[in-house]
Amino acid sequence: MATQEKGTFLVKKGLAEMLKGGVIMDVTTPEQARIAEEAGAVSVMALERVPADIRAAGGVARMADPTVIERIMEVVTIPVMAKVRIGHFVEAQILEALGVDYIDESEVLTPADEVYHINKHAFKVPFVCGARDLGEALRRIAEGAAMIRTKGEPGTGNVVEAVRHIRKVNEQIRHVRNLSDEELVAESKNLGAPLDLLRQVRDLGRLPVVNFAAGGIATPADAALMMQLGCDGIFVGSGIFKSADPARRARAIVMATTHYNDPKVLADVSHDLGEAMPGLEIATIAQEQRMQERGW
Amino acid sequence: MKIGVLALQGDFREHAVMLRQCGAEVSEIRKPEQMGGLRGLVVPGGESTAIGKLMDAYGFLNAIKERVAGGMGLFGTCAGLVLLARELKGGTSLEGRPQPVLGLIDMVVRRNAFGRQVDSFEADLDISAMGEAYNGSPFRAVFIRAPQIEAVGPGVAVLGRVEEKVVLARQGRFLAAAFHPELTSDTRIHRYFLEEVLA
Repeated sequence: MATQEKGTFLVKKGLAEMLKGGVIMDVTTPEQARIAEEAGAVSVMALERVPADIRAAGGVARMADPTVIERIMEVVTIPVMAKVRIGHFVEAQILEALGVDYIDESEVLTPADEVYHINKHAFKVPFVCGARDLGEALRRIAEGAAMIRTKGEPGTGNVVEAVRHIRKVNEQIRHVRNLSDEELVAESKNLGAPLDLLRQVRDLGRLPVVNFAAGGIATPADAALMMQLGCDGIFVGSGIFKSADPARRARAIVMATTHYNDPKVLADVSHDLGEAMPGLEIATIAQEQRMQERGW
Repeated sequence: MKIGVLALQGDFREHAVMLRQCGAEVSEIRKPEQMGGLRGLVVPGGESTAIGKLMDAYGFLNAIKERVAGGMGLFGTCAGLVLLARELKGGTSLEGRPQPVLGLIDMVVRRNAFGRQVDSFEADLDISAMGEAYNGSPFRAVFIRAPQIEAVGPGVAVLGRVEEKVVLARQGRFLAAAFHPELTSDTRIHRYFLEEVLA
């Protein structure tokens, strides 16, 4: 009797709901994936290189080799995500064929299209996309993204940009909540955001999908900061496996994400973590080197 | 009626909203000492490995068993169902690294039994076994990387199946669903937990 309906928006968005309050970690090898799972990660992002190394290497950064992704999928039971270039829908078709659980259409990789992002409605696999403000978030959701994250500035170990982005989204949501119907139309034009989604934001008082923090999170305190600012969960890219003691730091960030409102726990888990990843001051990164500027 | 929702990771807020709609007094539980006076505890959907490790780290496994001995009921959805199972199957990471579980319901559960995320689905579920008061129309159930109950002991009542796979079961004061009623607007299964399972 029961016919199974796959790839519905509820099912795509639903997996993101299950990841809430959790930490998604960038990994480049099966060994790292095991460490992440063991530390309590809710998902891993399978990559050839973490953002800090992509930044250092320069050149064109593309989807990872399927071998890397498959080897990681084999060793963990938690969902596995992988990145595609902005607009590169064929890379996305490949990841869907591999059975990846979530696709990140990511500014960390070199964009493949300067005008169009991927039509994510065309896929059964769900997508997460980065956003710096409410308009950008709603454009991505209009294209079919089932999960949003802040862009931050990847590979820097500097949380300031992620903070700027979540504060901006929060401030814009607070503004939208007070708008009348006719004001909402004008705001839709102003933000470049579809009216129906903007109306949902006004009525819900939040984005209609889960919103994670990403881009520069390096410590348990960073993770708790983003959670207290209203994020639903945390992506940690370079922050774990570029630090001195990845297993310990990973576990501490997991604890801090659950107990983000409990300073005593935060103090406990912040002890003796060893060196964090080396950080980058945003002002030292030339405008054209800033990954957050990729996409619109 | 005081109900706790285990708020370590996952979609605990959706459960809290739904339980409040059903008239329960709800609190989010992050430490074992917060469980005093609870009639029931909901273990939400999420990632079972992550929730299991967080439960273990803060001494929840024994604390919940003690509360259960004192009469507290439990409702687990998806990851929550996995954590209630007596025995787990599936998942390479189980090799040599046991997943912390409560093991309170006499059932064998296979994780990710329907496949990966691209195989996640919605389906209409016949819940007539829950009784007249909750029947009427099928339940629109959302399955996300869902587990399946492969075998149940004699004390376990099967309440729902998808393609012969058991996805909803009850053992005394424990209820377990492989899907996510909390992601829908249908409160029948939560009401069943409050009105029948905890009665």
